Amino acid sequence: MEEVDVEPTTTPIPGFDSNQKHLGFVWGPGDILVYETIYKASGGSAGGCPFVHEVRKDEDIYSPILRKLFNESHHIFVGLQRIREDLPSKNKKPQFVSISKNYRSVIRACMEELQQVAVSTQDAAMATQYGNQVSILLAVELIWNLCEVLFIDAAPAGSLVLHLLDWVRLHKADVDEKAREVLASESPAEHQAYWDVVISYVLQGRMDEARQVLVKQAALQPAARVMFKLLDNLLMKMPIFNPGETQTLTEFDVKWRHWREEVDHCLQDQSFASNRHLEDICKILVGDEDVLLEYKELLSTWYHFLVTRLLFSHPTVKPTELHYYAQSSMHMFLDTRSVPEPLDSILLAAFEFDIHQVIKDCSIALNNWWFVGHLTDLLDHCKLLQSHNLHFGSNLREFLLLEYASGLFTHHSLWQLAVDYFDHCPEFGRVYLELQIERVPLDTERKALKVIRICEQRQMTEQVRSICKIMAKKALRNNRLGSALSWSIRAKDAAFATLISERFLQDYCAKGTFSDLDLIDNLGPAMLLSDRLTFLGKYREFHRLYGEKRFSDAAKLLLSLMTAKIAPHSFWMTLLTDALPLLEQKEVIFSADQTHELMFCLEELTSGKSVPTPDKPMQVLATVHTALRASLARVKQLFTLH
Amino acid sequence: MMEGINAKYVSQKISKTRWRPVSSSSLQQPDIFATGSWDNEDNKISIWSIGENGISGLDDEFEGDPQLVCEHKHNGDVLDLQFLDQDRIVTASSTGAVIIFRHHHNSQTLSVSQLWERAHHYPCDNAPCTGIVCNSPEIVTVGEDGRIILFRADQEGVLRTIENADSSTIHDVTFLRTTEILTVNSIGQLKIWDFRQQGNEPSQILSLTGDRVPLHCVDRHPNQQHIVATGGQDGMLCIWDVRQGNMPFSLMEAHSAEMWEVHFHPSNPDHLFSCSEDGSLLHWETSSNSDTPSFLQGGRNTSIVSRSAIAPAGGNQSLISSWLTGDSSKGRLETTHMLPSQTLSVNSLDVLGQCLVCGTDGEAIYVNRRVPI
Repeated sequence: MEEVDVEPTTTPIPGFDSNQKHLGFVWGPGDILVYETIYKASGGSAGGCPFVHEVRKDEDIYSPILRKLFNESHHIFVGLQRIREDLPSKNKKPQFVSISKNYRSVIRACMEELQQVAVSTQDAAMATQYGNQVSILLAVELIWNLCEVLFIDAAPAGSLVLHLLDWVRLHKADVDEKAREVLASESPAEHQAYWDVVISYVLQGRMDEARQVLVKQAALQPAARVMFKLLDNLLMKMPIFNPGETQTLTEFDVKWRHWREEVDHCLQDQSFASNRHLEDICKILVGDEDVLLEYKELLSTWYHFLVTRLLFSHPTVKPTELHYYAQSSMHMFLDTRSVPEPLDSILLAAFEFDIHQVIKDCSIALNNWWFVGHLTDLLDHCKLLQSHNLHFGSNLREFLLLEYASGLFTHHSLWQLAVDYFDHCPEFGRVYLELQIERVPLDTERKALKVIRICEQRQMTEQVRSICKIMAKKALRNNRLGSALSWSIRAKDAAFATLISERFLQDYCAKGTFSDLDLIDNLGPAMLLSDRLTFLGKYREFHRLYGEKRFSDAAKLLLSLMTAKIAPHSFWMTLLTDALPLLEQKEVIFSADQTHELMFCLEELTSGKSVPTPDKPMQVLATVHTALRASLARVKQLFTLH
Repeated sequence: MMEGINAKYVSQKISKTRWRPVSSSSLQQPDIFATGSWDNEDNKISIWSIGENGISGLDDEFEGDPQLVCEHKHNGDVLDLQFLDQDRIVTASSTGAVIIFRHHHNSQTLSVSQLWERAHHYPCDNAPCTGIVCNSPEIVTVGEDGRIILFRADQEGVLRTIENADSSTIHDVTFLRTTEILTVNSIGQLKIWDFRQQGNEPSQILSLTGDRVPLHCVDRHPNQQHIVATGGQDGMLCIWDVRQGNMPFSLMEAHSAEMWEVHFHPSNPDHLFSCSEDGSLLHWETSSNSDTPSFLQGGRNTSIVSRSAIAPAGGNQSLISSWLTGDSSKGRLETTHMLPSQTLSVNSLDVLGQCLVCGTDGEAIYVNRRVPI
């Protein structure tokens, strides 16, 4: 068992004094239920408390703005899983980078919205909460972006520094704001932030912008025109590696060293001695670390310092060399006494290409599996994760996705997203889904239909049956026999269909008429689902035929119901009684054979093979018997006459 | 066809979307639509605007995002939503209630104007109200309790109830004429009810002779009162002529899961739209551009075709609907997917003029302002 690296957070339960009472608790799928027991801390017991508290760790899934993050990233996730495996990996890299950018733009959109709400809200507590969420998302996007540069895009030496520069520029947007302010002022060159802007641009490697701003100063000091022209020239000539060109890394390196020598030469010549700012810029261009550190405030972070250092000292740095510079930059920049923040250790782990450490640290620092789950999944698709056996036998990606999806499933609405995540966890996803899907509350038929569709698409027949049974029972309880039958048909549940038919038949016996004729008359092929249902349909048909005075058809049907053993024995009495009016018709309906068969059925009934029901006394049986004999006699008479 | 259709994520699963009606005389495109949510602890109905009506002909790539105008809490899932008129919306709730909301244009707020609580109910439990159709001021609702209820807006009580109209759930209802409605239920039957008759029996029952597949949606042809389209659990689209009895005119495989809504285009009924649990939204286009009216070109169901040939050749073609040829294999029926990629279930759609709006279980709304019709 790994050691816990951080102190667990304490959540106070309102109204509870731990010195007085013991607390009881039970784990839920995403939360804990906590209650005050009757046991006192000092021993003995006292009166109880009626409250049960629900303690939830993850507030984020209930935030309406963050919800968009979950939905949009779900869409991207599903699209990612559908990328075909058989494509060669060199075709896939741009796709993966593009997907990574999609994820990041979703984070940014969310962040912007949260920022707007944080600013506009009146409630101070909410403003703080939104502010916290914004900073977390900022950090998350920073980390993701770095992972994209280092792991997914995997830029080689040369391009690496350029990508890192982009990364830093994206996360230090205040420079442009300051620049706008300065340039919009009456006399930009005399603005107090003027040199900050110029130096910031240089530190970020944005030479063109730096030059544009410098021109303003140059215009003010015509006497120093030569000096400004010289610096402008140096800035303009700074070689930037262009990966598209045919220039090789070595060629670039030579060019760059040459240029650096030129800058150094200017420094030695004291060409900029009269203007401290210009001299500082020159020193920065040769990568003078002491001067860089003087501008700590403008750099504001150790990783900005790192990238600037690399730009001016080691622009051809290889990915494998990064970690050395990262560590030294961090040490140089940060106060040696201060403890590195979680974000710093995560970034450092990324520079060291220790993906697992990055994931582990992020999992601990964040209270929601969203970030690590999606990032790990993307890295896994890039084939960057070695199989890392956990105690539970599944791999890291699956573990994180299962955790994330399980958390989603506790949400009353987002559970639908979780289904797709489970689908893409090959080992345990199905089991998790089977267990969770049965717990979704089914308030309306429409929701039940959606859940059933999910189960049917995954051949989870057990769950389909159980859900249909729940809905059918509910329908039956409310006397909605048609609905109940519809559910039984969906589940192909013959037993339940039999139950429903029994209900109909009971109703008929009680009231003497059929209820819900629209259902029974239109059963169609569903009739074959269960014997009892077939009987019900056919019995109703018998009544219809009788009503239409098609007596011989009715008689044939009636007989077949008994002889084909479709009718339950308990109903035979009713059937025989139904035969009476047919027997008493003027014309002969039943043939001799048919009459014999009826008599046989009657005998079977009376002989004790099936007990006659108490409400059909022997008298009725006798009547039937007489009627049968009479009918037989008439038939024989008919034959003898002819 | 797919340009200018972006998802707007709204943090609620959308169960219904409807355009606010525009007056038929004006050539304006609709700009306001309402949505209802479901499966939330706090459900809402919301009104959205797609901004200034674009000057037609502007080749603007950037489609305005729907902006939220106002919203109101809704007790229970919104299982159906219809505009009663320009100011009022009627909703069907999973609690069994029928609610009229009024949209106040000055303050841009919504308020509850009328409420019939437990209009649909069981003796003990709640019975969701599943469908509404309006013909201002009359409102007809249907529910899981198998009741059909007739209301009048502004009247407190119920005008008429048909008790136990159905032993299974009635999923949708539409007007055939001003006094006649058609309902579809979960045992695959279409029932026609005539309000001029007293009593609780339908005047006609139609159903497929095959399996009793539950039907979820129905829509009537805007010009021809005897033609309806239905969709159900198996995702098949059926076109019926209710005068003809027990066989639908066409049966087309549409979706791989439940079809939730089907709509004829109100002004251009050669176009039909359907959406489904399988995450797709289809646009069906039937063409009858040939010189010979399609019904005389022959096809599989020639006997049925000749029965419906009531106009002489070259006669008034509007009497014959191109949907009734029943022969989709002749290539006169085109189907296109309207959404750029697979999404979670598309629960609802509405189309008016050139504008299409739909809502999904992925908590997104899609608006397309350039539907090719």
